[in-house]
Amino acid sequence: MTDKPLFPDAIEPERYELSAGPSWLFESDRRSFFKFFGAGLFVICAASKTAALQESGGAARRNSEDSLPKEIDAWLHIGDKGDITVFTGKVEVGQNIRTSLSQGVAEELRVPLDSIRLVMGDTQLVPFDMGTFGSRTTPTMNLQLRRVSAAARDALIAIAARQWNTDRSHLSAADGKILDTGAQRSATYSELVKGQQITQLLPSEDPLIPPAQWSVAGRPAPKVAGRDFVTGAHRYPSDQKLPYMLYGKIVRPPAFDATLLSADTSEAGKLPDVTVVRDGNFLGVAAPSSAIAAKAAAAIHATWKSDPQPSNAQLFEYLKKNQLPASEREGSRFEAGNVNSAFSSTQNRLQSTYNINYIAHAPLEPRAALAQWDGDQLTVWTGTQRPFGVRSELASAFHIPEQKIRVLMPDTGSGYGGKHTGDAALEAARLARAAKRPVKIVWTREEEFTWAYFRPAGVIEITSAADSSGKLTAWEFHNYNSGGAGIRTYYDVPNQLIEFRAVKSPLRQGSYRGLAATANHFAREVHMDEIAHSLKMDPLEFRVLNLKEERLRAVFTEGAKKFGWSAPKPTHHGYGVGGGYEKLGYVATFVQVAAAPDGSIKILRVLTAFDCGAVVNPDGLRNQIIGANIMGLGGALFEAVEFDNGRILNSRFSKYRVPRFRDVPAMDALLLDRKDQPPVGAGEAPIVGLAPAISNAVFDAAGIRLRSLPMAPLLVPQGRQIS
Amino acid sequence: MPSNITLLINGQTFRVEVEQDATLLSVLREQLDLTGSKYGCGEGQCGACTVLIDGKAHRSCVTPVWSVADKSVTTIEGLGRGQHLHPVQQAFLDEDAMQCAYCTSGMIMSAVSLLNNKRNPSDQEILQFMQGNICRCGTYPRIVAAIRKAAAAMPEARP
Repeated sequence: MTDKPLFPDAIEPERYELSAGPSWLFESDRRSFFKFFGAGLFVICAASKTAALQESGGAARRNSEDSLPKEIDAWLHIGDKGDITVFTGKVEVGQNIRTSLSQGVAEELRVPLDSIRLVMGDTQLVPFDMGTFGSRTTPTMNLQLRRVSAAARDALIAIAARQWNTDRSHLSAADGKILDTGAQRSATYSELVKGQQITQLLPSEDPLIPPAQWSVAGRPAPKVAGRDFVTGAHRYPSDQKLPYMLYGKIVRPPAFDATLLSADTSEAGKLPDVTVVRDGNFLGVAAPSSAIAAKAAAAIHATWKSDPQPSNAQLFEYLKKNQLPASEREGSRFEAGNVNSAFSSTQNRLQSTYNINYIAHAPLEPRAALAQWDGDQLTVWTGTQRPFGVRSELASAFHIPEQKIRVLMPDTGSGYGGKHTGDAALEAARLARAAKRPVKIVWTREEEFTWAYFRPAGVIEITSAADSSGKLTAWEFHNYNSGGAGIRTYYDVPNQLIEFRAVKSPLRQGSYRGLAATANHFAREVHMDEIAHSLKMDPLEFRVLNLKEERLRAVFTEGAKKFGWSAPKPTHHGYGVGGGYEKLGYVATFVQVAAAPDGSIKILRVLTAFDCGAVVNPDGLRNQIIGANIMGLGGALFEAVEFDNGRILNSRFSKYRVPRFRDVPAMDALLLDRKDQPPVGAGEAPIVGLAPAISNAVFDAAGIRLRSLPMAPLLVPQGRQIS
Repeated sequence: MPSNITLLINGQTFRVEVEQDATLLSVLREQLDLTGSKYGCGEGQCGACTVLIDGKAHRSCVTPVWSVADKSVTTIEGLGRGQHLHPVQQAFLDEDAMQCAYCTSGMIMSAVSLLNNKRNPSDQEILQFMQGNICRCGTYPRIVAAIRKAAAAMPEARP
């Protein structure tokens, strides 16, 4: 089974996934270390057959100080006490991938779910990994871990066959044992590997258990180690602690891109056990408690210089006017047929513009890091979606080899694409180096809202044409700044011009759950609704008429059935639909709203139909789908970053509204479990249909067309509100 | 200036030296190593730091530590009895009412406070009471389900 993307040529590492660059660069240092395993069976999974052959010496090389070959994706160790440890560079940020990956391992290795320990995101112990983003963990790592587990199972069968001097075809694996049912004997995995040190490189292509025959995967599994989370025992990055640890605090400039002109640190330096560091524009303190650190930071009198910067009041004009010059532009362009000739020969031409504001991830756990130097070796515990990326940022910032740096990522208080960079890690490490003691930094909420990066704002212009039968004939789509994710249309249009135009962003911008796919789907799916209404067609029928892709049709039609799309609705109620294809998943979201005579519009219910191939953990998947939609309510209705002249104006939860309990309508999810398809990711795609579905439902109920995100402010001048 | 204060937390007495303006949250996390209560906003807006003070939910990030000197504080670490989870903790587990779970301690403490005062809250009362707790992952419907379940499981008499 392989993933078959709808637009194979359009799969690119999303530009903004990696674009928010490191914040600091410091002076140098060095060292390196490595760790070994005890007795047991060690199985290594290479990314491809070729890599497996090339790296057949890989296991032996573990004894050297070399980095491990980058072609290796995963490894697994079965200790002689029966302990099963699986190593992956992926990390847990609340998407509950620790649980679903464990299910894949348990399935192939035929062991109970709770016998598996996943070591995730520890750069010293796990194979190199680009990071946890782009919904790649399930389609890639789930497959790799199932393969490595299947290989381990095969190796155990081979060991048992040798020990019992029998043919392996008589043997099978179940419940942590190899069984020889004919001879009525069995051995646990730990008995088989006892006292041995066996290394096995994954054989080329093991047959995996097909999803239709899964017994552990494919079934609901609660969060692994859930008890640690309801008792407060789990240690998030911000909970990490070391003896003699200090608390760090950065003195921030009043505006972005400021230069530090002067800093009077004399008062702060007088406080007991306070270390003050100034390094270029970096200005920070380390102190025995966070209270003293805050006091010391406040006692520093710094002057900064910054240039005038734009305000969100002129955001959309600014984006249109500030495209990067062609030489620096990394835009992308797709063309088919000829849109201009198609437009010149049509009556049904429609043109609309859609605006998208900057929004913040606002992960409930702000960025946090604990850094410790041991000579020239650096260890950092931090919440990041890219532990290896942070290691590389640290190596650059401190001019030391990556081998001297270990980054560990404890399961973190969410990310949503917002924790790709190592800002807090760099800051903590810089202070720790000066203080010669471990330093922890936990960003304040204001810092998180200001100094992290944002989901890109954008302007999207669409011009379309359809013939009188409702078939799309031309589609022209220009996106300024939002990004290229989900920009291609999955509707069948002979003439297309689709372009992303890069802009000099007024704010630091980067990844986000679904990234530009939310903006692009919003514009596209609202526009589809506009065309349908202009043709007096049912918006759902119009979509299906223009869709060839069977799986996408299925989420629209199956979702509509479950939602009751064709059922009559009360007066002043509206139905809306929005959907599409993103990160290999197919999604359609349906919304019902009610418009009251007093002008208020209420979202009554939301249903999302989703197809992400064979479902690994149905319960976890529902949690993701509904969670994505609830998070999506914020960006759809009321979240927007307000800024002026290099300052964020709403950097608190009291000023930046996020969805809360009472904002949540009735939520439902329909899982189209495709056991004939490989499993793909689900953390992002389910967010894309909500905003357009709401906009379209509002039009259906009240005749108001909402073309910007967030939508609620658009209703205020009309004396209306939406919730 | 630092001063000494006696705190009663999870049934245990602690004598700690605190800064005059220290918050209860910073003392719990930094001095007593009770890190189950989380920092989320520092302005009492997100509920991640919620603890019980004399049985009622309070945001420990905006509670001056001196103000709890003669009171009984319960944190998530002190909610269960040994290996036995509090019914609200158990209900959160049963409903898998979490994603990243960073908000979970605060959610549970708020829910316990609600149920301490109202054994069978209506859905509207649950939403109203929990409105001050943010789950950025959007697990709200499951949290409501967990609170309902805990309400049904809790004995009539106060524990």
